[in-house]
Amino acid sequence: MKAYYGYKDGSGDYFIIIDTDKCNGCRKCVDACPHRVFELIKDEFDIEGGLMAAVTEEHRKKIKYSCGPCKPMSGERKLQCVLACEAKAITHSW
Amino acid sequence: MSEKSKEFWRWREYRHTMPNMDWHDAKMVTAGVDIGSVGSKAAVMLDGELYTYAAMRTGGVSEETAVKAMNWAIEETGLKTEDIHYVVGTGYGRVNVPFAKRTITEIACHARGAHYIYGPTVRTVLDIGGQDCKAIRCDEKGKVMSFLMNDKCAAGTGRGLEVFADLIRTPIEELGKTSLSVQDEPQPVSNTCVIFAKAESVALLRQGWPKEKVSAAYHLAMVNRIIDLLTKVGIEKDFVVTGGVAKNTGIVSRLERNLKLKPLEPKLDPILAGAIGSALFAKALYEKEIGLR
Repeated sequence: MKAYYGYKDGSGDYFIIIDTDKCNGCRKCVDACPHRVFELIKDEFDIEGGLMAAVTEEHRKKIKYSCGPCKPMSGERKLQCVLACEAKAITHSW
Repeated sequence: MSEKSKEFWRWREYRHTMPNMDWHDAKMVTAGVDIGSVGSKAAVMLDGELYTYAAMRTGGVSEETAVKAMNWAIEETGLKTEDIHYVVGTGYGRVNVPFAKRTITEIACHARGAHYIYGPTVRTVLDIGGQDCKAIRCDEKGKVMSFLMNDKCAAGTGRGLEVFADLIRTPIEELGKTSLSVQDEPQPVSNTCVIFAKAESVALLRQGWPKEKVSAAYHLAMVNRIIDLLTKVGIEKDFVVTGGVAKNTGIVSRLERNLKLKPLEPKLDPILAGAIGSALFAKALYEKEIGLR
């Protein structure tokens, strides 16, 4: 399942997309993110219910600003979450 | 209630029990409680078939509402809460359902519920609830493939319609119909915020627009916002609308017109999708518990 966390407003689309089929719940994104955007939650989408990464409730509504420092207008972009995720489950829409 | 103090936004609460069904014959009695931000729904299923349900407004205390909705659903059936084998809670207030054994997100429940109500051909579910709007893609089993939730603002949701119903003093159930009575679609109002949309609507009314025309502009703004969301996850047919706003013909027929895709006709009340889905999850969990799976 592809989970879209974020929002769309007048200035653009701001979504972090987590592919939960790829996510193995390793927690590396949680520790890698300098702004604590991620958390591990119980998978409440099915009856099996393992652990999966998600964007915290707190950051979902301000993700453009939470992720801002990792996305400079010029120079190299180093998205720590994307680099940390071995399963390549995390993508950003902007 | 006098005409002056009539609450135009208040929708009718209701309950229904399927005739010709008896819970005494059922092997598995499971229930789902969907505590939404505006409406709370409870559904009881017998061996995976819908038996009885209730829909009411969510009160200030989610726990109380959960108990009330459940009790109202099983009223007059002779069924007691102890007789129900498994209860799953869902919706915003899912952690506040005191008698639920498990919680499942409303996204998974709406997909599963839509699968039950509309059949296995459903691929895109649009759930328009009280305070948010979710676009869900699912497979032929009702399993979620991708979802997107817009919860930043109540524009494009049921609560926005309630505010508008109050403004133009039209009962919420008739709101959709009034918006369809205009010949040409007007320019939509602002769709980024309920307050802005309402303020713009007031301005249009002051300019002398008839309320039907303002209503059309308001509905169109909502639809544009919803379509923005939908295109993000991609629309594949069959397409269905669930949640309370699925009952607003002004929204559904504009979605159909602008997407050029006809949503399927519901066989059951689409507001129940979440509660039905959670009752189906309850059945699966109960089967697992007693070792059937």
